[in-house]
Amino acid sequence: MTVLLSRIATASVAVVALLAGSTSGALAQKKYDTGATDTEIKIGNIMPYSGPASAYGIIGKTEAAYFKMINDAGGINGRKINFISYDDGYSPPKTVEQARKLVESDEVLFIFNSLGTPPNTAIQKYMNAKKVPQLFVATGATKWNDPKDFPWTMGWQPSYQSETRIYAKYILKEKPNAKIGVLYQNDDYGKDYLKGLKDGLGSKAASMIVAEESYETTEPTIDNHLVRLKAAGADVFIDITTPKFAAQAIKKAAELEWKPLHFLNNVSANVGAVLKPAGFENSQGIISAAYVKDVTDPQWANDPGMKEFLAFLAKDFPEANKLDGSVIVGYGFAQTMVQVLKQCGDDLTRANIMKQAANLKDFRTEVLLPGIKINTSPTNFAPITQLQLEEFKGERWVRFGDVISAQVSG
Amino acid sequence: MAAVQEVVTEAPAIDAVPKRAMTLSAGTTLIMLALLLLVPLFVKNFIIFQLTMLLVYGLAVLALNILTGGSGQFSLGQSAFYAVGAYTSAILIENAGMNYALTLPVAGFVCFLFGFLFGLPALRLSGVYLALATFALATAMPQILKLGYFEAWTGGVQGLVVTKPDTPDIVQTVLAWFHLKMSQDMWFYYFALAVTIAIYILSVNLLRSRSGRAFMAIRDNEIAASAMGVDVALYKTLAFGVSAAITGIAGGLGAIAVQFVAPDGYTITLAISLFLGMVVGGVGWLPGSIVGSAFIIFVPNIAEGISKGLSGAVFGVILFIVIFLVPHGARQVAMVAQHLLGRLKKR
Repeated sequence: MTVLLSRIATASVAVVALLAGSTSGALAQKKYDTGATDTEIKIGNIMPYSGPASAYGIIGKTEAAYFKMINDAGGINGRKINFISYDDGYSPPKTVEQARKLVESDEVLFIFNSLGTPPNTAIQKYMNAKKVPQLFVATGATKWNDPKDFPWTMGWQPSYQSETRIYAKYILKEKPNAKIGVLYQNDDYGKDYLKGLKDGLGSKAASMIVAEESYETTEPTIDNHLVRLKAAGADVFIDITTPKFAAQAIKKAAELEWKPLHFLNNVSANVGAVLKPAGFENSQGIISAAYVKDVTDPQWANDPGMKEFLAFLAKDFPEANKLDGSVIVGYGFAQTMVQVLKQCGDDLTRANIMKQAANLKDFRTEVLLPGIKINTSPTNFAPITQLQLEEFKGERWVRFGDVISAQVSG
Repeated sequence: MAAVQEVVTEAPAIDAVPKRAMTLSAGTTLIMLALLLLVPLFVKNFIIFQLTMLLVYGLAVLALNILTGGSGQFSLGQSAFYAVGAYTSAILIENAGMNYALTLPVAGFVCFLFGFLFGLPALRLSGVYLALATFALATAMPQILKLGYFEAWTGGVQGLVVTKPDTPDIVQTVLAWFHLKMSQDMWFYYFALAVTIAIYILSVNLLRSRSGRAFMAIRDNEIAASAMGVDVALYKTLAFGVSAAITGIAGGLGAIAVQFVAPDGYTITLAISLFLGMVVGGVGWLPGSIVGSAFIIFVPNIAEGISKGLSGAVFGVILFIVIFLVPHGARQVAMVAQHLLGRLKKR
């Protein structure tokens, strides 16, 4: 008991000291919460470096390389970023363990870009109870834009639902009598996309969707699903698949001589990883929506933003495969984070981090498509809400129409 | 077919463990207990959480130990029972508003039935064939949890968020007399510890009882056991039921500790981890369960600390070294230590 009492005494002394420290800090216009000092900002991160989603681990590695580059150039307002990234293997119980380790043991200022919908759902309540920011989570689920109930959690990329809503809008306008066949991955990502499509089609969803097929990531091939979609007489194909399966689907559709109007979700709209392996001749006319520039697309060869990105890869992250679409996304995430920290100045409290993250005005990382801007406000926690439709012609995506905003609130 | 099965059962993968060697001596037990009781008072909440998970996985490994070490049956499907237990608790707490402590017996009971029923067809299989059948159960479970029919209760792919239990008022009041406070984490740790100790004592007694002897007789030689009048079918299914029930309770505790259940948390990886924990802890040696549990929780973290990109490979190397040097796991280490101590005493 005495030990406990003494611990409590120590704790209260520490609190008093902290309070004293913060008041004196205020005089010097410098404010810190746990994890920030005059020389360092501690950022936590959780990635699936192992397990079923390990392909996305490259995002964490890109960010680590980017922050190292920032540090080598002197850091942010004179402070170096200490980026602590842990592996959760995409298993929610492990995510909780790692998040608690970061917050309670490593004492990071906030957690940035933890990946995956189930892992982030697992820690959302904890992060908000602890009032530690859970910033720019790497998932497109719609629920991250909920500042009222979860003021410490924020997403980044356009939500999955908004993307399929855009497709639905396009179909209703251009092909009102379409017979739609959907192929989706049987998890949160696939179902979120599907919901967006159905919401977008509204009352016509039931009559327009003639076939829904779902597949598991463990299936070696999805050929049988395509055969069934074709047999159902679908003339529009909504393809909600991850890159490996997307390439299979494009190839198989060509083999079956099934030529529907093919919508490919943004997750797989990658020239190098999907369309090239599937064959350019099979990919003509595919429609998708994008917000980030595609490295493999020759139209960006002389783009300054792309050149900067490629220079970063060449100098600071040579081991990366630039064809991997996740690398450029990780770069965009890291740039947005740096912008928020710059805006924070010397007030590195958790409250100010959230305040500045919710105060991004027309911010652009130059890897975003022209015209797409990041905007947030205290009531809008969805940084990127814009997408642009694009059609695959020859060996590249050709964007058409305006940049479309399709915000769906959580 | 008979010939093949003969080959499989002829060389049992598990060495016969004498009953006496299944537990620790009284002194060691007390030291362990004191450690488990006192350590949380001096560490951060995060470590307390890790210790809670240590107990939870320890229970799950113990359950597998009863099945494999006790009755000689393999299972790679423990993650399925764990998931059923976790979901039962989570659904009862969140949808039915039941007290978390009361959900555990329910989770145990549901899993007992599930395990017992699964044990019936599994009776016809033995050795690697049984391992495969349970493996199928483990791979099927996450998908079953995602099914649309159950989505209203399970939350589908999104999972369910579980509210963390507060320290009971009565405990708070008593502690307040001493000007002390107990965090939610610490309270739940002691709650889990009480459950774990109770189950541990029950398990030791079970293995020492008539049923336990029947389990071991079946493990050592099925034909001889049935010749002695042991109802082989009954005891084999019973072992499955008991093991599933304990795993289910562990799952329920885990769900409350983690505050979240989702299909992705209960994949085949979990089943293999538990199996690994059992082997590292020493098959058939109940105290080894906690060592095995520590191995599956902490060694991946150590491996990650050594190399992020190669964490899987580092883990593999560590595992290989452990299995190569001490094939009987923690039990072997404990035996050697005991032996050395005995020699010291003699001098």
